[in-house]
Amino acid sequence: MDQAITAEPERVRIHLSARAAGPGAQAVGKAADAKQPVVRIDWREELAKAAGEVFDVMVGAPLTAPPEPRPPFIPDFAAMVGIAGSMCGLVNLRTTADCARSITAKMLGGDEVGAAEAAQDAFGEVCNMIAGSFKGRISGLADGCALSVPTVIFGRDFTLFSLARGEHYEVTFEFEGKLLSVSLDLQG
Amino acid sequence: MKPVNVLIVDDSSVMRKIVGRSLRQAGLDLVQVLEASNGSEALSLARENPLDLILSDINMPLMDGLEFVRQLRGIESAQHTPVVMITTEAGEGHVVQALSLGASGYIRKPFTPEQIKERVIPLLRG
Repeated sequence: MDQAITAEPERVRIHLSARAAGPGAQAVGKAADAKQPVVRIDWREELAKAAGEVFDVMVGAPLTAPPEPRPPFIPDFAAMVGIAGSMCGLVNLRTTADCARSITAKMLGGDEVGAAEAAQDAFGEVCNMIAGSFKGRISGLADGCALSVPTVIFGRDFTLFSLARGEHYEVTFEFEGKLLSVSLDLQG
Repeated sequence: MKPVNVLIVDDSSVMRKIVGRSLRQAGLDLVQVLEASNGSEALSLARENPLDLILSDINMPLMDGLEFVRQLRGIESAQHTPVVMITTEAGEGHVVQALSLGASGYIRKPFTPEQIKERVIPLLRG
């Protein structure tokens, strides 16, 4: 991972822009012409499946539904991967630093977790794999889109502001008693 | 199976550890495990060390995995070294491009140790 932005203690606002969606985007979400059937994609479901696959296979511990009523969730650890090409957007994974360390420890198994950089590295990579798995699930996106290198932000007081300004989809999970959310911002 | 020298190329140090662990779980006798965080570092290591196997990510800063494979095949001692791409880029176009540039195999992240074993062992058997 080559980027990490510290967001503590100052308030940080991050602007992320995405290129205009190309013609391929129509074929994904809408009928390209009147003869083609409209393909409706449940973005939240695909996002949840992608996250579930990554945690099952690479982290070795499943994501589960969060408890209801949901306890307060103040994430202070976030990773982002941009999607650009026939569809433009941003995949964002958020949790607490404690949960990020747990994920890292699980991924590394008996290996030494080491410095805080390991948690940033692991969390960014998990987000990267979720974004990759997600785009692999949507017909036309696997080759039609590229992923950015992950960016990791930690600290309590930051706001993510995506210039995509389109649709927002978010799924919240529980991981070993800690909350974690995955979101997708699509360019409008 | 004979002991092998391996180069693992990934910008994530955690992924490099996981790939190394998966190779050991696959039963490989690893004499030496070299690590690089981008294609440029990997090329330097490939020029200086005899390698039996390379596993490389694609999306990396400075030099990506595709350019690494392309330049690797220009190094006489590494022309026939098996290179397996391990990446989130799972599109058919990426696979075709990697194989056409000289990659020997392709594994999509997330991966299981069994998938590593299935792809890597046949390459080492020649």
